[in-house]
Order: sequence, then structure tokens, then C-alpha cells
Amino acid sequence: MAAPKKGRSASAQSKPGRSLVLILIAIVALAGGMFASGHTTPRLGIDLAGGTSITLKAKADQGSAINKANMDTAVDIMNRRVNGLGVSEAEVQTQGTDHIIVNIPKGTNSKEAQQQVGTTAKLYFRPVLATEPTGAAATPSPGASSSASTTPNPKGSASANPSGSASTSGQKASSTSTGSPSAPATPQGRAVTDALKADAKATSSATPGASSSASAKSSANPSSTSSGAPTDGDTSKLQAQYAALDCSKPAQRATAGQNAKPGAPTVACGENDKVWFKYLLGPAAVDGTEVKKAQAVFDTQGAAGWQVQMSFTSSGAKKFGDVTAQLAQQAQSGQNQFGIVLDGNVVSAPSVSTAITGGQAEITGRFTQQEAQSLSNMLSYGALPLSFKEETVTTVTAALGGEQLHAGLLAGAIGLALVVIYLVIYYRGLSLVAMASLLISAILTYVLMALLGPAIGFALNLPAVCGAIVAIGITADSFIVYFERIRDEIREGRSLRPAVERAWPRARRTILVSDFVSFLAAAVLFIVTVGKVQGFAFTLGLTTVLDVVVVFFFTKPLMSLLARRKFFANGHKWSGLDPKGLGAKPPLRRTRRSAGPAAGPVDPKEA
Amino acid sequence: MSKLGNLGARLHRGEISYDFIGKRKIWYGVSILITITAIVGLAVRGLNMGIEFQGGAVFTTPTHMSASVAQAEDFAKSASGHEAVVQKLGNGSLRIQIAGIDTDKSDEIKQTLAKDLSLNPEKLNADLVGPSWGEQIANKAWEGLVIFMVLVVIYLAIAFEWRMAVAALVALIHDITITVGIYALVGFEVTPGTVIGLLTILGYSLYDTVVVFDSLKEQTKDITKQTRFTYSDIANQSINGTLVRSINTTVVALLPVAGLLFIGGGFLGAGTLNDISLSLFVGLAAGAYSSIFIATPLVADLKEREPAMKALRKRVMAKRAQAGAEGDPAEAGSGAGDEYDDAAPAVVGPRNQPATRNRGRGRSTGKRR
Repeated sequence: MAAPKKGRSASAQSKPGRSLVLILIAIVALAGGMFASGHTTPRLGIDLAGGTSITLKAKADQGSAINKANMDTAVDIMNRRVNGLGVSEAEVQTQGTDHIIVNIPKGTNSKEAQQQVGTTAKLYFRPVLATEPTGAAATPSPGASSSASTTPNPKGSASANPSGSASTSGQKASSTSTGSPSAPATPQGRAVTDALKADAKATSSATPGASSSASAKSSANPSSTSSGAPTDGDTSKLQAQYAALDCSKPAQRATAGQNAKPGAPTVACGENDKVWFKYLLGPAAVDGTEVKKAQAVFDTQGAAGWQVQMSFTSSGAKKFGDVTAQLAQQAQSGQNQFGIVLDGNVVSAPSVSTAITGGQAEITGRFTQQEAQSLSNMLSYGALPLSFKEETVTTVTAALGGEQLHAGLLAGAIGLALVVIYLVIYYRGLSLVAMASLLISAILTYVLMALLGPAIGFALNLPAVCGAIVAIGITADSFIVYFERIRDEIREGRSLRPAVERAWPRARRTILVSDFVSFLAAAVLFIVTVGKVQGFAFTLGLTTVLDVVVVFFFTKPLMSLLARRKFFANGHKWSGLDPKGLGAKPPLRRTRRSAGPAAGPVDPKEA
Repeated sequence: MSKLGNLGARLHRGEISYDFIGKRKIWYGVSILITITAIVGLAVRGLNMGIEFQGGAVFTTPTHMSASVAQAEDFAKSASGHEAVVQKLGNGSLRIQIAGIDTDKSDEIKQTLAKDLSLNPEKLNADLVGPSWGEQIANKAWEGLVIFMVLVVIYLAIAFEWRMAVAALVALIHDITITVGIYALVGFEVTPGTVIGLLTILGYSLYDTVVVFDSLKEQTKDITKQTRFTYSDIANQSINGTLVRSINTTVVALLPVAGLLFIGGGFLGAGTLNDISLSLFVGLAAGAYSSIFIATPLVADLKEREPAMKALRKRVMAKRAQAGAEGDPAEAGSGAGDEYDDAAPAVVGPRNQPATRNRGRGRSTGKRR
């Protein structure tokens, strides 16, 4: 794609078959991947699938500035919210400096989504009953989960290493944790079942107060031994849910912990050092609204670095004191973590070493400044660092989009047909090469679009369809540049084989330079713009790159092969390379004039 | 082979050629005229900014509406108190645009409108647009445009030379001005789709230009080592030699866009497809024109100001005068012939013209092998 380089041609040209095999293998591999992944159609954008698009404008009225960091945090949180609705296709993106666009494909309750997007988040503090890195054995066998919760600290960004850096230390810590020794064999199972039992007693207790009491109950008899086998229906259901949860899968991640009742235990996912952990969480101990304030501060005296200081409301302080006292007792069993759960995701899971009763707490850990600020933002605003005003709400029905898609595809087909007709009339036999190349290009484009949907969230919106159609022209352009070069060489009096090889370095140069300019335009558009324009630019860029790939690895090798065939080499009248027709200068260096129409220029390698 | 193939051959050999460089002043004039018209049109008529740029609501009805366009206009006006634009779409549904209403009012209007049109409000699609949405896109577009121009000038200056970069930039601005001017003059609505189309012209407009420049660069590699052609002569040959290629690439690029515009867009009425393809169509045509008539002559103009090229012109003129005096123009500069295999692959052509009048007149045609 870069500036044209000279003198790297020989190997590819001497073995045209190899390139063809290579590209066919690549196509088969990609197509195989596409069918294997099950994403056989490109993901459709909101305009084609239908849905709702909400544009929000940030208001700088909370004393927080509208800046990139805050906007990014907001997008992050909104993303969790809309995707928490059970749709993994919703898109949230910033637009400009102060706009956020939320696209929610159809099949979603758009009213609900609309409400959720701009409102404050649901933030809870829940005791962690069990945790383990995802991808581990599905069944939380006591030993395994116990070690999982004690060794790695589950939430790096927000907390701590096992070395104790993430202790939540109360400023007025009333008691030092002595820790009540619990049965070493089954700490995890015990805690889980205890908590679940407690929940079973306090069923459907929706208020935080009730849930707080529920957790208090669970801590009331920490040494009670209970059988590992849960008896309650809800309990076993939740444990099965926990066992089955695989947080490495985005789909599961999006749904886990969503719509969890504050008073009931739940499962959730959280990320730490790029590893997803799953959590079994007790009922909410403290509500996010009970956090009065949180801020990121740099600890200049101690060596703690960046930390987050929180202060609670009076009721929050009491509840927080209760839960930390209870958790601190379990420090030795590794059961002393609480999870800060935002919209069903564990954003941080610090461990507690002492009860914190004063209503003031600080979370320390190896935070960067940004991490500390982002966490404090979430804590103090209940999530959103900015408040937003709904600016536009666009409903697009699938029918409209589908119709446009239909028309676009029809137009594309007709445009393609016109191009093919033109090529056939003008280039005769050569047009078969062009058509085969266009076909390869089309297959590659389609397969890549289908694969890029799940991979990078590429969605085929209407402008992108338009871009793909327009790209037919770009792709055909490069063949024309090459074909005209070959014809010029033939006009010089060369026979086909040297003409094909001689024309290539020059055509290649031209193709690279002009494709680079196209790609540059697409790249700038992609980086600078957003939304619709971005989809269009992406498609253009993708097809430009594919154009280069196809010309280098398919068209050129195919030409080299075909140049050996009599039909083309002898300049058959219909080959498009008839020296006489092209007006080549005499004397024509042709010796095998006798050959009749050869078997036809069909490329045998082609699909 | 087709006649076009022969034409290509004759163009390639220089048997026939159009003197693009010699007549450049005419084409500059044409372009300046178009540009002035475009600017005047822009200043006087202004752009018909779409609803995305001024805010408002777009309601789309389901198909098979009994209400006529005029009725719908009345309904919309009474419901909103604003003028409404109603279009009938290809599928029979109505597109009702009401500019200048905000989000709060739209729901109310939607209900009233649905009632008036005897529709279930659920079936009436509402599309609410704030003015900043379009503005944002437009601002981004400007930003993208400027960034692209800077980058492309740098790239072309490195890959080719600064004169070509400048000429390409002028051609690019020319294309964009023409496209925008046509929008102003005809009164096409400017939508985000239009902006997208306009931005795509960036890459496309330069495609043809780059093809010609590439050929020009190649053919002028050793230009100072011969005394047969001036830079302008070779530039003219380059345009003529790549003319078929330029025409073909333009036609092939225009065909799918035309398909989108006339079939896709026309069949459906207004829509994103139409907006994008319309501006693309205009821009592509302008791009092809400017690469041939503006960019390359401009390079020749700039290049001829170089001392080396001036000296070359002097030598060429002297040689031609001498050859003319000797009465055998075919012999002139024959020593340079073999090096200029590509530059002057000509066979026969008009000859024996007075050397003094040959300036920039396809001198390439005078060579015999």
C-alpha cells in the first residue's frame, strides 16, 4: 500500500501458479472460518436492521469538564448499560467533543434503552462469595475456587495485589481483624451456601436494608458447618449458573449479572489484567446512592500512590461498616473481598482487612491516575461523569432499511452488469480475467465483512453498502491500468508473454500509487469522522486493500498463466489482445498463426 | 478489434492527439468560468441544507397511503405550525419533513399527524434530528478534507514532486468547488450522505490524476538528455497516451455510481443512496475532466518555469528551427529516439509544419522510425 517500490517482482512472476494457489487457500480458509464461526452474513447496521438511534449531548453542569476522558468513561458505562439489555449489537460512540450516539438495533425495548442510557447507573457493593478466573474448571470445587480467590487479586485496575496493597483501611478502624478461623477444607462452599441460605430466608427482599440484614445473618454464624449440597432450588440454580458462566465470552459477559435484584445473590463478571474473572456475589450490602463522594487522590506520605477516597452517607456508613466487619473476619480464608458492581459488572473487588465504620474509606492499589479517577467517577456519579440531554431520537424500521438495502443491492448488481458489459465489449477475452478478479474481490469482501462483524464490530450500514458498490469501480480501475499497459506493450510489437511481464512493473507502480491515494482518503475519513461516514470509509479502505491483494496475487498471476495459452498468446480476435486489432506495428512477430480458437480462456482455477 | 482499440493505438502512437497543453488557456478559462459560476451560485442561492443541518423531524408513513402529497402537507402544517416538505417515495410511502421543530414537540406532532392520516402512530416512523448532528458531520468533513489535502500533498510531493502535488491539489479543489456549485445551482438538498459522497471524491478525483502523473514522471525521466521534445510536448503525449485508460477508468467508475443514482436512488426516491451517488457522480465527472484539462497542463506550466526546462525548450526550438531550415524534420533529434521508446513511439504523423508554429502542437507526432 505504501509508496511504490521497485524490484521485488521476480519470484511472484516466475511462479504464477503458486500465487494463485496461495490466494485460493486464503479464500478457502477465510470462508471456512466464516462458516465455522457461524457468522455467514455481515452484521447489519442499525439502518438496515432497524432500531433506534439516540443522540445525547453532554451538559457541563456537574462541575465536571467535558473532556475526552469523561466522555470515554460515559461511553464505557453506557455501553454496559445498553448491552446489558441483552443486545450485544448496540453501539455507543462519541461524536465530536460532546455528543454520544447510542444505536440500538431492533428487537430491543427502545423506550427502556432510552431511559437507561442517560440515567444514573446502578452501583452496588456486594460481598464476594466466590470468584475464579474464567476458563477454569466449570464446577467451583471448593479447593479450586478457594485458591482462585486467594491467589490472584481479581481486579487489578481497581485494586490490589495479594501483597495487601488493596486493603481497604478505615480511617477510624475500630477493630483489627483477628479473623475467625473457619474450616479450612471448605471455606468457599460454606460461605456460598451460607449466603444463599440467608438469601433464601430473606427472599425477595428488595431494599438494601433488607439485603444488608441478609448478609448480616450470613455472617452471624460464620462457623456453622453446612453440607456442601445445597437444598434450596434457587441456590442450586444460582450455583449452576455460576458453574456455567464463562466470562471470556462476550455474550455471556453481557448478560451475566444484568437485572440482578439488589437483595438477591447474583453472578457477574469483572476484568483484571485482561483476564476475566467470574464472581458469585452476595446480596447488595451498600447501594451506590449511599456513596456521598469519591475522589482520586495521590498519597504523598505513604507509598500507596493513587488511591480512591470515598465517604458514605450515614446509612451507607453503617451498612459499609457492617459488611466490612463481617468480611474482615474472613480475611484468612480469603473471603474478605467485596465487589463494586456497576450495572452488573464487577469494576473492582478490593479485599478488606479491617472493619470500616467511620463512613470514610479508601481503596488503594496499584492504580494509575486514570484508573483511580475513573473508579472515583463511577463511585461518585453512580457512574456517568457527565449528565446528558437527549438530542435526537431516530427510529428506523427494518422495512425502510431493508428496502434501501434491496435497492442498493439491485443497483449494485445493475452497475456491476454494466461494468461487465463494458469490459466485455472493450476487452473481449480479457474481460474474463477482470470478471474473475472482480469475483474473487467480491468473495473476499463479503467473507471479510462477515468475519469483521464479530471481530471488530463492523456493521454493514447503508453507506457501507454504497461504498462497496462504488468500490467495484476502484477494483476495475486497476485491471484497466494493467490491461492498457499490456496492450501498449503489444502495440510496441511485443508478443504477449513478454508484454505481460514488461507491463506489470509499470502497471504495478501506477496501481500502488493511485490505490495509496484512495486508501489515504479512506483512512483519513475513517479516523476523523464517525458513525455512518466511518462505515463508508472503512468499506472503501477495505476494498482498496483487497484490490491490491487481488491484483497482485490473482490478476497478475492469472495473466501470466493465460499468456501461455494459445488463445491469448496468438492474439485471437476475441482475446482482446489481437495485435492487429490493437494496431501493433508490423512486423508482427507471430509464428503460430495457424492456431484456431483455443479451448477458451476460462481460468480453470477459478471457483 | 473495435474502433476504440484502434483509436487507442493511434493515440498511443501519437498519430492522433489532442493538444491539451497548447489549448490549456481555453480549458483554464472554461474551468475559471465554471468555478466563478459555482461560487456565484453558492453566494447567491446558497446551499439547500437538509434537515440534518437545521434540525427538525422526518416522518415516514407506511406504504399504500391514501392521502395525497398536498393533503399530507396540510396535515403536517396544521400539526406543527411549520412549513413541511412532503415527498412521495418510490414505494408509495410519504416522507414528511418538518424543519425547525424540537424533540419535545415531535411526539405531539407525530400523534396529531398519525390521527390526521388515520394511521396507527406506531406505524408512523419519526426521525428527529437536531441541527448539531449535521453540523458535527460537516465540521468533521472539513477537518477530514484539510487533513487529507495536507497528507496527499506531502505524499505526492514525495512520490512525484511538489509541482505535481500543487497541480493535483488545485484540481481537487476545482472538483469540490464544481460539485458544491452544482448543488447550489440546481438546489439539490445537502445531507450527510452528500457530504460522504463529497469526501469520497477526494480519493477518486486524484486517481486519474495520479495515473497521468505517473506516466508523465516516467516519460520525463531523462528529458534533459534529448533535444526533441519540450516538457509540454511530453506532458501532452502523456495525457493522450493515458486518455483511453482515463476514459475507461472513469466510465467503469461511473457505471456503478450511475446504477446507484438512477436505478437505486431514482427507483426509491430520496435517500442515503441517492445523496451519496449524486455527489459522487458529479464529482467523478469533474475529477476526470480536471485530471486531463487542468492538473497536467498546470504541471507543464509550472515545470516550464524551471531553468532546466527553459533551457531545454530553447534547445528544442533551436533544433527544430535548424531542422526546418534543412527541410527534413524527420531527421531531427533522431539520436534521442531509442531512449524514448515510450515517450515517442510514433510512426507517422503530420509533418513539415513551420517549426515556429509548432510550439506545443503535438510535436511527438513527427517522428519516424
